[in-house]
Amino acid sequence: MVDIGVAEVIPPAEVEDVELYHPKSWVTKYVFCQDAKVIAIQYSITAISIGLAALVMSWFIRLQLAFPGTFSFITPSNYYQFVTMHGMIMVIYLLTALFLGGFGNYLIPLMVGARDMVFPYVNMLSYWVYLLAVLVLVASFFAPGGPTGAGWTLYPPQAILEGTPGRPWGIILMLASLILFIIGFTMGGLNYVVTVLQGRTRGMTMMRLPLTVWGIFTATILALLAFPALFVASVMMLFDRVLGTSFFMPAIVQAGEHLKYAGGSPILFQHLFWFFGHPEVYIVALPAFGIVSDLISTHARKNIFGYRMMVWALVAIAVLSFIVWGHHMYISGMNPPFGFFFATSTLIIAVPTAIKVYNWVLTLWRGDIHLTVPMLFALGFIVTFVNGGITGLFLGNVIVDVPLSATMFVVAHFHMVMGIAPILVVFGGIYHWYPKITGRMLNERLGQFHFWITFLGAYLIYFPMHYLGFIGVPRRYYELGETAFVPPSAASLNVFITTAALIVGAAQIVFFFNLIWSLSKGKLAGGNPWKATTLEWQTPQTPPGHGNWGKELPVVYRWAYDYSVPGAAQDFLPQNQPPAIQAR
Amino acid sequence: MNILYLFLAVIAAIVAWWLVQQRLTAKPWLEAGPIGATGASSLPTAKIGLGVFLAVVGCLFSLLISAYAMRMDMGEWRPAPVPALLWLNTVMLILSSGALQWARVAARRGGMDGVRAGLLTGGGMALAFLAGQLIAWHQLDAAGYYLTANPAAAFFYLISGVHGLHILGGLVALGRTMDKAWQGVAGGNVRLSVELCAMYWHFLLFVWLVLFGLLLLTDPIESDSGLVSLIWRIF
Repeated sequence: MVDIGVAEVIPPAEVEDVELYHPKSWVTKYVFCQDAKVIAIQYSITAISIGLAALVMSWFIRLQLAFPGTFSFITPSNYYQFVTMHGMIMVIYLLTALFLGGFGNYLIPLMVGARDMVFPYVNMLSYWVYLLAVLVLVASFFAPGGPTGAGWTLYPPQAILEGTPGRPWGIILMLASLILFIIGFTMGGLNYVVTVLQGRTRGMTMMRLPLTVWGIFTATILALLAFPALFVASVMMLFDRVLGTSFFMPAIVQAGEHLKYAGGSPILFQHLFWFFGHPEVYIVALPAFGIVSDLISTHARKNIFGYRMMVWALVAIAVLSFIVWGHHMYISGMNPPFGFFFATSTLIIAVPTAIKVYNWVLTLWRGDIHLTVPMLFALGFIVTFVNGGITGLFLGNVIVDVPLSATMFVVAHFHMVMGIAPILVVFGGIYHWYPKITGRMLNERLGQFHFWITFLGAYLIYFPMHYLGFIGVPRRYYELGETAFVPPSAASLNVFITTAALIVGAAQIVFFFNLIWSLSKGKLAGGNPWKATTLEWQTPQTPPGHGNWGKELPVVYRWAYDYSVPGAAQDFLPQNQPPAIQAR
Repeated sequence: MNILYLFLAVIAAIVAWWLVQQRLTAKPWLEAGPIGATGASSLPTAKIGLGVFLAVVGCLFSLLISAYAMRMDMGEWRPAPVPALLWLNTVMLILSSGALQWARVAARRGGMDGVRAGLLTGGGMALAFLAGQLIAWHQLDAAGYYLTANPAAAFFYLISGVHGLHILGGLVALGRTMDKAWQGVAGGNVRLSVELCAMYWHFLLFVWLVLFGLLLLTDPIESDSGLVSLIWRIF
């Protein structure tokens, strides 16, 4: 450890302190609030609530797959509506909103040492537009014809044709909701990016930022550039559906009748959708990468291995994620050289990702590993992400993807890599930061129970599903019926998977009970229960008061990972601790 | 997707330029101690915010243009005629942008009369542009190129509509700036608002010039040389 200066010299802030907004009434303090911490909690509660609805829908999907024809309320139309809504909600309204709107809003200002986001009013609007998007989506369940059942990719022409569930209102509300979501997200995204750029406190250089902030920052830039593609696609499809244009609609003869559409291109939609869709995977994954890095370093009491490499890898993944979208379209048909290009770029993206995995493992190597609940979830993430990532390497190859693409193998792959893995990080993050948000610890025993059921259960659900895919069980089917190549054992495996899914889903009640019970009964946490170095744990009050810091903003003297520094009195040195105090 | 990637390359260049200044090769674990500069920009935060927003808007229009070009490539392309009125509208938008630039220069010199005149002219010209666009829509519609007539017409209404909505949003910001200028708020505050408006207007003018250039193309662009021929035809 080299000290490059004397602690007394505190440079002046380059950017003026923001004028803080002060809530005057109960409504502006808890409802129409501009404080990023409150907005974060609003975002999280909304996202988790709608996510629970999607969880219940996944139960219905599984019940139908295991016991076809048993439940009268699961008609073929309902089944496709559940599949569509489950996918759309989980990817966009839960994961994207929770990582960026929830974790981003809470952690960015605290971790960079700011009082709030740079544009608090726009930030507040962001949440309310998001809530409106969610409400419009929910409204589609009650509209005539129900929500759309076009599949979460909403491929035209079938998405807006007669015969697809939700054709009267569902698809219109779905597209409107997506458009609103993107508008709301852009408002929030501007805040996250500009706060990281301009809101950092004195001494907080980019290379001293915790990786959580780096992850959310890069993911937000990705999202700001990728969501416009979904926006354009949604607007154009809405035009096709409502105004009768033919952006995506070719000439179609349906039931012997010429439809009024002509001259559109369905493939154009696929390009736009996947130009958004692939970066979306990383919009969810990059914040998870960042958060996991911090959890592992803190709970293994060891500095993160290869910090610079971690930052570079985040940037590299972000750049590469824009040139791989074609691997979602192999079976749409494409020029073979294009297939080769997309397969190659897909495999290349595994390199920076693998660097991150090695660095996490090397951080654990000879660390003082505390198997706390957040650490368990972080470890669970690494294993799950590697599992899901490796099947991604298979599917990235055209020749492997073509036979497997329409099977349960793909379902198992993307649930492992972008369903279970990020959700484990969400849980880990909540167990880790709950003490800061509420001032109380979550119950450890309940947390461990929750972890083991969720982690092992997820494997019981998705490992056998890979096998189902290998033997050719197709995805998207309402029921299999008599199929020559599918052995009867597939049916019993489906029953097994469904049982596991029901148990894992129900076990989440333990988590919610823990959240509510610990709010008043949990052990008092104190300011820094994990003995962590990052700034959010050094606030004068816990939970942090309005404006986050006291009169003075903190001054940062070191990077975020000074754990177990040789010769130091404690095994961690907070970022705002000047070097002079350090025992040498 | 050529145009989109051209746009993303510009964004990537800006990001790379910025990253280079952030000492990405620093070894933060060896550098405990106070650091003078954090690497934050000395530009006003609002300007950075607008810059990021314009990047998003730019992405939106690049995607629309890319979709348009891709659709042109796919065959059976029957272009819509370009109303001559669009030339006049283009002049209006250029004047509008110029007037705001004038207001910006006046604000820098502290001449409030110039600021007010510039803002008023700029706003008026922008309204004239929007009115002109509506008339152009009407002319196309009357000529049989209504919204659902063919993809070329649909693209024209969509893209010019999205552009018009952005101008309309800008007019709201311009109205608030005018309010400030007439209320006689402290000079620096007005100056920043005027600069932001001018930045936004110049950007939307640039977008319109690209869109208009694209509309003037009558033949589908070849996919291999799409970008080159596009630039060739525009200039």
